[in-house]
Amino acid sequence: MTEYETVVGLEVHCELATATKLFCGCRNAFGDEPNTNVCPVCLGLPGSLPVINRRAVELALRIGAALNCTAQRSIFHRKNYFYPDMPKDYQISQYDEPINVDGWLELPDGSRVGVERAHMEEDTGKTTHVGGGGRIHEASYSLVDYNRAGVPLVEIVSRPDIRSAAQARAYVDELRSILVATGVSDGRMEEGSLRVDANVSVRPVGSTEFGTRCEVKNLNSLRSLERAIDYEVERQIALIESGERVAQETRHWDEGDSSTHSMRSKEEANDYRYFPEPDLTPLLPDARLLAAAAEGVGPMPAERRHRLSDLVSGNSELATRRDGSTDQVVTVVDLGLDELVVGAVAAGADPRLALARAANEAAANPDAAKLLDPAAFAALLKMESSGQLSATQSKEVLAELMTHGGDPGQIVARLGYQAMDAAALGSMVDDVIASNLEEWQRYCGGDEKVAQFLLGQVMRASKGRANGKLVAAAFAARRKA
Amino acid sequence: MTASPAPELGSLAGIAASVRAGERSARAVLAVSLDRVRELEGDLHCFNEVTVEAAEADADAVDRLVRSGLDPGPLAGVPVALKDNLCTVGIPTTCSSKILAGWLPPYDATVVSRLRDAGAVAIGKTNLDEFAMGSSTENSAFGPTRNPWDLGRVPGGSSGGSAAAVAAGMVPLAFGSDTGGSIRQPAALCGIVGVKPTYGVVSRYGLIAFASSLDQIGPFAITVADAALGLEVIAGHDPMDSTSLDRPAPSLLATLDAGVSGLRVGIVADFLSEGSECGDAVVAAAEALAVAGAKVDQVRIPDLLLGLPAYYVIAPAEASSNLSRYDGVRYGLRVDGPDTETMNARTRGEGFGAEVKRRIMMGTYALSAGYYDAYYGQAQKARTLVIRAFEAAYRDFDVLLTPTTPSVAFPFGSKVDDPIEMYMCDLCSIPSSLAGHPAASVPFALSPEGLPIGVQVLAPALGEAVMMRVAASLEAAAPREARGPVSP
Amino acid sequence: MARLARLALDEDEVGRYAMQLSAILEHVDAVRRLDTADVPPTAHPFPVENVLRSDTERPSLDREAVLAQAPVAENDRFRVPRIMGEAP
Repeated sequence: MTEYETVVGLEVHCELATATKLFCGCRNAFGDEPNTNVCPVCLGLPGSLPVINRRAVELALRIGAALNCTAQRSIFHRKNYFYPDMPKDYQISQYDEPINVDGWLELPDGSRVGVERAHMEEDTGKTTHVGGGGRIHEASYSLVDYNRAGVPLVEIVSRPDIRSAAQARAYVDELRSILVATGVSDGRMEEGSLRVDANVSVRPVGSTEFGTRCEVKNLNSLRSLERAIDYEVERQIALIESGERVAQETRHWDEGDSSTHSMRSKEEANDYRYFPEPDLTPLLPDARLLAAAAEGVGPMPAERRHRLSDLVSGNSELATRRDGSTDQVVTVVDLGLDELVVGAVAAGADPRLALARAANEAAANPDAAKLLDPAAFAALLKMESSGQLSATQSKEVLAELMTHGGDPGQIVARLGYQAMDAAALGSMVDDVIASNLEEWQRYCGGDEKVAQFLLGQVMRASKGRANGKLVAAAFAARRKA
Repeated sequence: MTASPAPELGSLAGIAASVRAGERSARAVLAVSLDRVRELEGDLHCFNEVTVEAAEADADAVDRLVRSGLDPGPLAGVPVALKDNLCTVGIPTTCSSKILAGWLPPYDATVVSRLRDAGAVAIGKTNLDEFAMGSSTENSAFGPTRNPWDLGRVPGGSSGGSAAAVAAGMVPLAFGSDTGGSIRQPAALCGIVGVKPTYGVVSRYGLIAFASSLDQIGPFAITVADAALGLEVIAGHDPMDSTSLDRPAPSLLATLDAGVSGLRVGIVADFLSEGSECGDAVVAAAEALAVAGAKVDQVRIPDLLLGLPAYYVIAPAEASSNLSRYDGVRYGLRVDGPDTETMNARTRGEGFGAEVKRRIMMGTYALSAGYYDAYYGQAQKARTLVIRAFEAAYRDFDVLLTPTTPSVAFPFGSKVDDPIEMYMCDLCSIPSSLAGHPAASVPFALSPEGLPIGVQVLAPALGEAVMMRVAASLEAAAPREARGPVSP
Repeated sequence: MARLARLALDEDEVGRYAMQLSAILEHVDAVRRLDTADVPPTAHPFPVENVLRSDTERPSLDREAVLAQAPVAENDRFRVPRIMGEAP
């Protein structure tokens, strides 16, 4: 039986969070009354001319930098085709001289997906189809709203490096978090500010040739993306196995019947007759643009993951470790708590403990956790590491810190969690031995299992205040003696 | 030919001065202009729309400013005509096409605003070849304009209506657009001055696009001084036009009468042909400049001849894209159909005239897959060769002289069925359009049949000042009867 | 070609235009045959770069005025007959 490999490339369109449209001063807003954010330019009225929005260029450069692209001199091209949502019946886009090229995106699992380009273009208006259930093929007529026409977009085109539906999902997820974190977009798939099309093909494992690919559209959520790819891969394999050929076409994902359908277009493939846009000047990413693009943007998630991993294990590679720290690193960065951990370590906390507490306990309330003072967090962790606090106590203090703030030392005192002094601990251990002579004999005889029982007795008597490690050490020392 | 000299309104400066001084009211000046329009418009058809009420309101506004002691501007009370491809709020702007018949723009072209701010009084929208494609104004969907010098002949195109309006003395100043010669050629055929500025000197915002990398707006006037003033008023940077040069309007009047002593003038031999009256006029013009102190010589610039075929690839290509928006969806004509695609095709099939359709198809072809490199790509390279050829020539010369157009005004119908014949009218005007250089046509002579002949002055980019200086010198040497205004 | 340009032409026109276009093409063929090996294309007469505007709002058009010019409007939108294909 032939084994097939999934090959996926993704085209993601991202609406930029600028105040105004790409080529005019109309408001860039979702959900306003139809045709209220329009002007001669974005309506394409005769005689109108486009002028490029500086902020859109900055944000496009910011995306390129986040995706490790090379920013280059670029020009706009006209992409000519007729469609009612296109005010000029051409779209101002970029063609063979785009603003960002040759980048990559590193996913949480450490894999890399190449990014071929991330170019600028204007969005189209929105069409609603009336009659026949709202689907274009059964509609009797359509209505067009041009509010969205001219909104700035960046189209991010990946290389066909994706090998599974899960990886595709991870790619879009990571991409979206970057776009949101860098302030470039609000990344809302359900509102259309992030749109994904998938190019899917299959080939026999080991083959270096690409199979025929189909473009899949109408993917409105990450779940749809995953399901559509899985469906499409199965469909294509089934075709090939039965001796048929996969037709190169565009297919529409139907959420209702969980399948893709061919979009029967009667005409030959569109000839877009690209030519350089004569109404606009070329863009040169000069120092001013690049500085504005980088302003207020911190390191990307991948870099933060590497840094955290390095801090915790001396190794910046996120190889999966059995102790689950990889997952912890991913979680902590995802929640934006890496700065907290880094700060705590700088203040002397144990890196692994800091990571664990951040990933497990602080993660329960990330918003509060982000407000934690790293020095306070470090102080608490040091108390735990030194044995002054048990794990249970530490977690309680942390929760208290996050809910009400304050100073860890004072909270510890208030909760009565000061460390038991050695003498008190010793006498408590002696009391338990005295009350459980039989178990003590068994323990002295080498029975390790009974140690837990004895430990439990001390914990009960101390109402959890005793430090488990110190208690175990105390028993062990007496046995020796 | 029966044309005779016509009464003149006076120079622009003169009109403005008398209106500002309160000696004449803007309304009174307007009345003279409108009387002339009423008298001749039936014969000439210069206008698609005469906007009497709006003009009277504008004139009233100017007069009010004068009465309040405020300055209405350098064109105070001057009646002007605007080519009907310039957007004017609330006034139909049709490009002389059925597809835009009755369209009311919701905004003014930048040039229109600047003229109003300068106190000018727009009296109407003039006829043109549909979408500015043509050299005779015979391609208008609303009927041709007639040449005031001879009603059986064309006024030239595409800005025929504006040229004829000035030539007939209806207005002392009019504006047109020039892509490959559409101001200069009608100026020459109508015996008036027409100027195309350096590309980017005048804003294109609100000029309905034909070929974006070539289109420019410019003035028509009886005298060089008036054309210079008209250009000064509309020129200068506009943030609404990305291709607008980041410079203020050029200063032309200051040096207009500085003379041509010591200037190096080159006659472009490649555009002179044996026994052509237009060529002879150029030679005579050069002699006049020599007498006035210029150093004149002949020069060969054969690469300029690449201009015509290159232009007839580039212009239609850009036009085919610029005209895609006329699809019956948002404004203008709609011819219904069972589906959008059919509606688009029927609307455009009926709404566009033959020349426009020809050029759209030409342009679509030149840009289509498989042909781009051979046609559009090559044409843009030919453009570079033209620019380089000019650069070389301007190392040795300050200005160049050519005929504006190879022939005088021709009879109606004589070229309209042969596109190539028609395209040849632009032979001499196209190279400067491709290079983005300024050019001016100055009436210099009359043909044996008494038809006006214009001489074209070319200058390097941003050379408007020296160009107009030379133009003024030519004007001084030209016989008075070679220029309008005339009565048909 | 007419399809790509959305021009409905009758048979007569198709024939006439085809002839005229051929003639024009022959004429512009000179362009095709040029030796332009080392010649860069000129898209703009002047090499200006980075003409940009600031991201500040400007007033939009009044919707009534816009829809008043529409051939057919419905529900504050532009109405068109059924669209046969999906957007590319």
